[in-house]
Amino acid sequence: MRDKRMTPDEVVAELVDGMTVGIGGWGSRRKPMALVRAILRSPLRDLTVVSYGGPDVGLLCAAGKVRKLVYGFVSLDTIAYDPWFRRVREAGGPKVLELDEGMFQCGLRAAAHRLPFLPIRAGLGSDVLRLAPELRTVRSPYDGEELVAMPALRLDAALVHLNRADRHGNAQYLGPDPYFDDLFCLAATRRYVSCERIVETSDLTGSGPVQSLLLNRMMVDGVVETPNGAHFTSCVPDYGRDEPFQRLYAEAAGDPERWPGFVDRFLSGTEADYLEAVR
Amino acid sequence: MKPVDVAVETATRAEICAVACADLFLGAGEILASPMGLIPSLGARLARLTSEPDLLLSDGEAFLLTPESTVEGWMPYRRVFDVVAHGRRHVVMGANQLDRFGNQNISAIGDHAKPTRQLLGFRGAPGNTANHRTSYWVPRHNPRVFVDAVDVVSGVGYDHAVGPFHDVHRVVTNLAVLDFDTPDHSMRLVSVHPGVDVDDVLRQTSFPLEHDEVDETRQPTDVELDLLRTVLDPAGARNREVPS
Repeated sequence: MRDKRMTPDEVVAELVDGMTVGIGGWGSRRKPMALVRAILRSPLRDLTVVSYGGPDVGLLCAAGKVRKLVYGFVSLDTIAYDPWFRRVREAGGPKVLELDEGMFQCGLRAAAHRLPFLPIRAGLGSDVLRLAPELRTVRSPYDGEELVAMPALRLDAALVHLNRADRHGNAQYLGPDPYFDDLFCLAATRRYVSCERIVETSDLTGSGPVQSLLLNRMMVDGVVETPNGAHFTSCVPDYGRDEPFQRLYAEAAGDPERWPGFVDRFLSGTEADYLEAVR
Repeated sequence: MKPVDVAVETATRAEICAVACADLFLGAGEILASPMGLIPSLGARLARLTSEPDLLLSDGEAFLLTPESTVEGWMPYRRVFDVVAHGRRHVVMGANQLDRFGNQNISAIGDHAKPTRQLLGFRGAPGNTANHRTSYWVPRHNPRVFVDAVDVVSGVGYDHAVGPFHDVHRVVTNLAVLDFDTPDHSMRLVSVHPGVDVDDVLRQTSFPLEHDEVDETRQPTDVELDLLRTVLDPAGARNREVPS
C-alpha cells in the first residue's frame, strides 16, 4: 500500500493559484491550522475558500489569499465574530457566496455524489437566493413542490485535520463530532489529511471504535503528521481550544496597529517556530 | 411555612423572561428543543422539568443529555441538519434585526456586498424557518432591532414564506411577548412583562404593533422559581443578562 506521508509545505506545493479549497472542521473546532499556516508561508493566492468558517478564514483573509469565500457562517465560537473576516467584508472584499449551513452540507454531498445539484428546502424565501442569483429552484415532478436546487460545491482540494491516521490515509476522529471532513474529502479532487499522530494501521481500532474511522484510503492523497496541528482551535480529546491564544489573535486581528506584531511573533517562521512561540 | 407569595412577588425580569421562553414549548412533545443563548436555554430546561418532560435537549455540542446530564444520544452537526429537515425541532434564535412580519437578520447590517457591520452569516436561519417552528429571543428590545425592514432576510418571515412548514411562533424580549396571530401575520403584542407599559413597547418598536388585547406576562409558579434559583441557574447568570 502506498505511503502517503508528506510535510505541510509539500501539500501546499501541490496547490495552484486560483484553486477552490475546502477546509474541514467547524468554526473554531478541529481546523487544519498547520496546513493553513503553511499556505500563509507560501506565495499561493486567489483562492476560493469553502469553509464552515473560523480562524482559518480569518487568517487567510489577513494574508490576502482569498479571492472568494463560500461559507454558512464565520465565527470563533467563544468569540462571536472573527475580526479579520469582518474587516475584509466591511471593506467590500472578497467576493462571497453566503449559504445556509444545511445548504452548504447539501452542496458538498452533491459534489461527493457527482450530481449537479441536490434539492433542499433551506433557502426558500430567504435572501440566500436574492444575493446569489446563480442559485436556482427546481420543481418536484411528483407534486410540484418548489425546492432549492443546491449546486454541487466541487473542490479542487480538501484540507482536514483528524486525531489519528495511518500512512495510507485511513484516518480517525476521537472527539464527539466528525463535523463534515468526510464530505469535504469526497467533494475534492486532491485530499490532504493532517493528524495529531500517524500510527500503525493496527493501532487505529485500539484507540477508538471502528465507526470513528471517518476516512479510508480512497478518500486521501496525502497524510501529514502535525502534532498540535489544529492549534488554536479545539481537537478533543487531544486538546481543547486555546482560549487565551484565541483572545490574543482576536485582539490583534481587531487592531491594525497590533497585527504586524502578531505576525512577527507567530506567523513569520516555520511551524516549529510557531509551536515554540505559542508554548 | 414556605414563603411562596414572597418569592412570587420578587420574581426578577430575567425570571419572567425565562418562564415566557419555557411557555414557547407548551405542547411541543417529543421534539428537539434548540435554544440559543442563556435565557432560552433556561426556558427550555425549565419546560422539560415542568410541562414538557419529553423534550430532547443537547449540550450545545454533540450530546443529547437528560435532565440529570446523562448522555442519552448523539447529535453531531450532521444529524442536527437531518432533524431540521425532518421537522421535529423548535429553535429559539437570536436576532440582530426583526421586522413586522418576522423576517430576521443575523447576517450583515447594511448592503450585503459591503456591510457597515458584518455579523455571523446566514447560519441555519434559512433552513430552520423553512422547516420547523422557530421563535426568537431579544434581550434588549429597541428600535434598532425591531426595524421596518431587515437589511438581510436570514430567517424567513410571513411575507416571504414559501413551502409547507414555515411556522414563526413567538418573539420573547426583555419587555414583552409577541406573536403573529393577526389576519396578515403582522406582529402583535401578546403580553407585557410586569412593570412594563404597552407604550414602552410601542416606543421601542419601529413599526406599528397590534395591541388590542394585551395581557400581563404570567408570573413564575413557586416550583418554577425554585427550579430556576436552585437547580438551573444558582449563580444567577440570568439576572446579569437581563437586569430587572
